[in-house]
Amino acid sequence: MESFFSRYKNALVLILVLLAQVIGVAVQVRRPLPREHAQPDAGGVRLIRYWAISLVSPPERLVHWLGTSILSVWDNYLDLIHVRQQNKNLEAELRRLRIEQGGIAEDARQGQRLQQLLAFKEKYVYQTMPAQIIGTSGTEQSRILSIDKGAKDGIVVDMPVITPDGIVGRIREVFPHTSQVLEITDPTSGAGVILSTTRIRGILRGNALGQPQVVRVMPDDRIKEGEPVVTSGGDQIFPRGLAVGVVDRVVVDPEHDPLVDVLIRPAANLSQLEEVLIITNMGDQVMPKQKLDMIQSEAAANAEQLKASEVLAERLPTRIDPDAPKTDDENSDDSADAEGEGIARPMRPPSALHPDRFTPNTTPTAESLMPGARLAPQSEGVLPTAAKPHVKAPSNDSDDTTQTADDVPKKKTPELVPDDGSRPPAAMTTRPAVSTATGAGTPRPSTAAGGTASASRPVANGEDTPTGTAVHATRPPATVTPGTTPTATRSVTNGEGSAAGVPVHAARPSAPVAAGTPAAIRSVPNNEASAASTAAHTTSPRTTTSADGGNVPAAQPKTKVIVDGPLPSGGKKIAPPAATTPGQHTTNTQSQHAPPTTPVPTTQRPVTASPTQHKGPELVPDDGSKPPPTMAPKTVKPQPQTPAPQPQGNR
Amino acid sequence: MSMLGAATRRDTEVQSYPLIVFILVPLLALGLQSFVSLHFPRFDILDLPLLVTIYFAISRRNPMVGTVTGAVIGIAQDALTRQPLGIFGICKSIIGYLAASLGVRIDTENHGTRALLTLAFVFLHSGMYWVLVRRLLAQPYQWSWLHESIRAVINTVVAVILFALLDRVKRREY
Repeated sequence: MESFFSRYKNALVLILVLLAQVIGVAVQVRRPLPREHAQPDAGGVRLIRYWAISLVSPPERLVHWLGTSILSVWDNYLDLIHVRQQNKNLEAELRRLRIEQGGIAEDARQGQRLQQLLAFKEKYVYQTMPAQIIGTSGTEQSRILSIDKGAKDGIVVDMPVITPDGIVGRIREVFPHTSQVLEITDPTSGAGVILSTTRIRGILRGNALGQPQVVRVMPDDRIKEGEPVVTSGGDQIFPRGLAVGVVDRVVVDPEHDPLVDVLIRPAANLSQLEEVLIITNMGDQVMPKQKLDMIQSEAAANAEQLKASEVLAERLPTRIDPDAPKTDDENSDDSADAEGEGIARPMRPPSALHPDRFTPNTTPTAESLMPGARLAPQSEGVLPTAAKPHVKAPSNDSDDTTQTADDVPKKKTPELVPDDGSRPPAAMTTRPAVSTATGAGTPRPSTAAGGTASASRPVANGEDTPTGTAVHATRPPATVTPGTTPTATRSVTNGEGSAAGVPVHAARPSAPVAAGTPAAIRSVPNNEASAASTAAHTTSPRTTTSADGGNVPAAQPKTKVIVDGPLPSGGKKIAPPAATTPGQHTTNTQSQHAPPTTPVPTTQRPVTASPTQHKGPELVPDDGSKPPPTMAPKTVKPQPQTPAPQPQGNR
Repeated sequence: MSMLGAATRRDTEVQSYPLIVFILVPLLALGLQSFVSLHFPRFDILDLPLLVTIYFAISRRNPMVGTVTGAVIGIAQDALTRQPLGIFGICKSIIGYLAASLGVRIDTENHGTRALLTLAFVFLHSGMYWVLVRRLLAQPYQWSWLHESIRAVINTVVAVILFALLDRVKRREY
């Protein structure tokens, strides 16, 4: 027996050593405990590993300290070429990034609010600790890094390790003064990632060659090279949204044939790591410093945006205020900035000698137009100077005033000047006009829905206008004289041939009209024959020129637009005007039924701004019974008028 | 070249090393392997602890010492990795035993013989590691003949130089 052991002692020693190690490996690779109780190593194994680390780490620390000291002296005191330029570049980059950050700050806050609403527990990087890499595992099979921070520095297992470029790995083992980091390139590592474009989720782990890959992904043609990959937060280790890398290529998984592996180029330079950041604290709120930085960045971004807007507003010709006083250099073609700041000033064309509708500043703003209201007048050469819808209900107010949606009287509007006396020229009778229709019976149902609409239609001065349609008629100047206002406006007033009480917007004369004003606005005074109690827009009484023999007081040239048709609610039926110009046409059937020669005294009564009743086609019961009172058939005859409280005696 | 030569007849009889060398050389190998790989990632294709194990095994010509030496160096190397302690220990224990057993029977002072032995041991080490990792631990490990061949060649070249340098520190007993 003794000879057996002496003879085979070498083999026996080998077997014993191998057996002990196999048992030790078997003990270490037993089924892992639950996560909260899990430890990477058992006590004995941990002790052995700790001894090995303690033996290897001091010389590594010493060598690393020597190396970093030498490099520090070189970098901080000798190699300072181009540092200033680099500093300037970095400052510029910082400013740009601050603006960018301000731009996304609102999105971030919105995301937080939404996540809070959905009770999401988003993890944000709250506190990090820098650490230096002092060693590696030294083998190809294990992608392990040793860092100089350990348990005494607050490091615990499974803390994520990152760099500003991207993730590195997680803490695997912690010793008092050192720790081990398992890189994402290790085959046993795992991180939840998501492809940022295709939103494909997967598990990231390293392959045998040390390249990270998203394993076992369903084949997808959308996965392209260069697609960014970020952490998904599903692993409960890495916060969501940290950069991982970009897609390098897609290969077929040899062990799971239909599935593919997406090879990733790491964002962090894992082969040249020197310093890393350990995320030691994560919270569901953005840290105060980041909040403050976001607020500052947002303020800076807003200031930049405001400045850019101001510069842009200076360059946009449509933003020029027409009421602004003219400066001496307005017609100057010099686009250079007066202060020489290099900011181009807006190019303003010289004033036109003969302004027309193409003259700058005569085009109405888009917001002042109603859908469809601009096309017809533009095509006919009529400027829709006030195509705003009327917001007030039709009324037969004695003042004949109508308000528009915008404050038109505040603006400088063309003057209303009768250009040829009491009657407009024949050419003006068929001009299209921009009209704002309110009330029932508008001949264009598509534009009169809801009782208020804007319509472009021909307006004949002195003829019947469509029932319930407020008309604001404009026309090109019949008589062009170098003068003041470039806008030509013709207003159909309540003096001629209109029959209905519908608010009408008429241009507001704002200045005395000189003879031959290019914007010769026809304003028919309200002392002409008119049968309508039209609620017309009374313009400012500054027009002094009367077209009807000058019998209009210069101080009160009430300009009205008269339309025919049934009265709105509460209104009274008003007969059409007595005088109808031959050849004039109407687009309203009701106005055609009305006796044109029956003069009806103008009676106006105040009507409150009540919702407009849209009187559409009459509703007749199909059973032959008598219609209810609300459906009483309309009579062609004009209804007796209620005496107006304050009849307007302008006829 | 004379430095790399080995006095075969004389050195096969008596070879010993100072204790400090026997301790410091494996530690230095582990430290260099860990530190240099940090700055030169391709350095990890070398396996300095394996080369040191082979050298001490074939120099001492004692299978028992070779086994224990291999086991200690291997476990220390395991401690620096994420794998369980014992994987490299088992591999290097077997390598130490075989190298010491061969060192008794053949002339291991010749550089050609050393090179061939090292080449074979590196392949054997990789094969045993693959078996242990894939079969015992069921962990992913990809075998590439090309990569293993390059690795074996590089380790062999480095081993020839390293063994010659270590020959300078051995203590001869007459």
